[in-house]
Amino acid sequence: MRTLERPFPGTDTALNILAACLLLISFAMLSRRRTQRLVTLLAWQGMVLFVSTLLVAHSSGRVEMYYSAALTLLLKVIVLPLILHYLINRLGAQWDTETLVNIPAVMLAGLVLVIFAFGLAQPVSVLATTITRHTLGIALAVILLSFLMMITRRKAITQVIGFLAMENGLFFAATSTTYGMPMIIELGIALDVLVGVFILGIFFFQIREQFDSLDLHHLEALKED
Amino acid sequence: MVIEVLLVLTLPVAGAAVLAVLGARRRAATVNTAFSFATLLAAAALVVRVIRHGPVITGHEQFFVDSFNVFLVALTAFVGFTTALFSRPYMRIEQHHGRVSRRRLRLYHSMYQLFMGAMLMALLTNNIGLLWVAMEAATLSTVLLVSLYRTRASLEAAWKYFILCGVGIAQALFGTILLYFAAGKQLGNQGTTALLWTHLDAVKNHLEPRVLGLAFVFLLVGYGTKVGLAPLHNWLPDAHAEGPTPVSAVLSGLLLNVALYAVIRFKVLVAGAIGAALPSHILMAFGLFSALLAAFFLWRQRDIKRLFAYSSIEHMGIITFAFGIGGAVANFAALLHMTVHSLTKSSIFFSAGHASQKAGTQQMDDIRGLMTVSPTIGWGLLLGSLAILGLPPFGVFASEFLILTTAMRLHPWATPVLLLTLGIAFAAIFRRAQPMVFGETNAKRLPHSPALLPVFIHLGLVLLLGLYIPPALAHWFRAAARLIG
Repeated sequence: MRTLERPFPGTDTALNILAACLLLISFAMLSRRRTQRLVTLLAWQGMVLFVSTLLVAHSSGRVEMYYSAALTLLLKVIVLPLILHYLINRLGAQWDTETLVNIPAVMLAGLVLVIFAFGLAQPVSVLATTITRHTLGIALAVILLSFLMMITRRKAITQVIGFLAMENGLFFAATSTTYGMPMIIELGIALDVLVGVFILGIFFFQIREQFDSLDLHHLEALKED
Repeated sequence: MVIEVLLVLTLPVAGAAVLAVLGARRRAATVNTAFSFATLLAAAALVVRVIRHGPVITGHEQFFVDSFNVFLVALTAFVGFTTALFSRPYMRIEQHHGRVSRRRLRLYHSMYQLFMGAMLMALLTNNIGLLWVAMEAATLSTVLLVSLYRTRASLEAAWKYFILCGVGIAQALFGTILLYFAAGKQLGNQGTTALLWTHLDAVKNHLEPRVLGLAFVFLLVGYGTKVGLAPLHNWLPDAHAEGPTPVSAVLSGLLLNVALYAVIRFKVLVAGAIGAALPSHILMAFGLFSALLAAFFLWRQRDIKRLFAYSSIEHMGIITFAFGIGGAVANFAALLHMTVHSLTKSSIFFSAGHASQKAGTQQMDDIRGLMTVSPTIGWGLLLGSLAILGLPPFGVFASEFLILTTAMRLHPWATPVLLLTLGIAFAAIFRRAQPMVFGETNAKRLPHSPALLPVFIHLGLVLLLGLYIPPALAHWFRAAARLIG
């Protein structure tokens, strides 16, 4: 494992602040009602990931991290939000809001998840030698919070946004423990995510054609009686 | 790169590309079958090479064939081919009944090949990162197949399938990252070495136990969702019941096996790092719980494809339980059960598909007297049901008997639960199968003659495996059982 070569002064602090931003965005997502705002938040999350990957790339001196950062910028900040915005416009869902029941309870559950994530990540992160090792707890927290968001939302698009936020958390986990997966695997994952969103795009139109709505409570007919 | 491996991996992808272009033609189904047949031939050549020259590692170590995956590759290519054979008349009848259009058949054929390619990739790759990518690709390629009929129920099933398996597979990615991190300590995080299973296997005793324990939980939950282990099984019955029958056959017969294969590969690594006790107990508990829960749900099913989907959960549970016991005999039995379950279950879906086409419904109450109108479908369904229920002399009997006796010897507490599961499943399926096969009928004629050859080929093989296991296969099973530990 290579050690730090050219760390900027204060890189450590900057990375911690960025990680904190990631966590804050995840909490903001839990409470946002308007679908379009959620896409903006998702893009911001991608942006934070991009900046932190760039910082880590610079301080660890790993060339492939720069590619990884470029891929993040392209996919998570530009392409995916554009696709989502396009879908929302085509589906006429610009002004869609969701009624969220009991935001305080959800927030409280989120807090518990964060503590749980830190507890779970603690024994692992002490073993890591990366500059970002302390942020593994946050990465896991982002994954769990996205999961919580998927559980509490009833709209198809919001669930997909939760899914993508979870992917962001996974990416952050990979960066913070091992400076990212090998390039070939990251490309594979990016391809899968892109194809996944593409398929979901098709799928949204199918759902709306059948149900005249993207509300998932229509999708609850198949139950065991 | 070894040419057979290259062919097995590229033929389905080439097939997907060709069918994406001309999949709407009348001949598309034949082209689909031809590509599946070519893949089967390539897999057969690969098997011959492995028999002659032993295990293969190729493509900068990114792909490998050992005793554990060689028979699964052969099985996947084989069932892929017979299902394509079945799908040709089946989908023509569906088209005749107005459930699918030509354009959708193009999507269907192309995705079918892509799905096959993804599963073969998952089986052949030595790289656990690539394994993840291939498993996700397998999910993505089948989502639009499950919703092929665009009915409300099928859309719901596909959505559930996508979200549950997507979330599951995300957990698996986190597990993979943790494993990669732990391996980096031994193998370095430069290049893909720390992701290669063979290298991981070599250093498994030195991997950090705490990280590996955590990784295993995530990996098991992740890939376990795709195996259909309870309580993560919710997507499975819906996806099987609402998708086209050939898709149900390959989901049950192949995808579940491939996902379980991934779980077991990881179990080997984790057992090396933290000892066999914890992973074994987790697998046994998950397996037994799934089998028992599925058996109870079997009792309440009215839809023929849902019934057999639950039966798949039950059998996957039994296999997972057997892998959990571990040791030469239980692993041997589990591998055999994987093989015979895959063959039997896909043959049942073939007959069940044609049976519901004849009756015009999947509701079992309305399927009656298959024996009088179409003895072949009737016999196919009857023999398939008896085989899956574990009646001798079929192969399922042999593997279940082995699992049961090993459990009695090593974990006596589990025996009553297993017997209860098998008993409930027997009663539940038998009481449903009997009136469907015998009695009066109102079934109509099908516009095209059904393809029942695959049904009887599969059942013949299951019968054969019950009476005699070919030496090469037995050798692999034993070698794989040793490998799994």
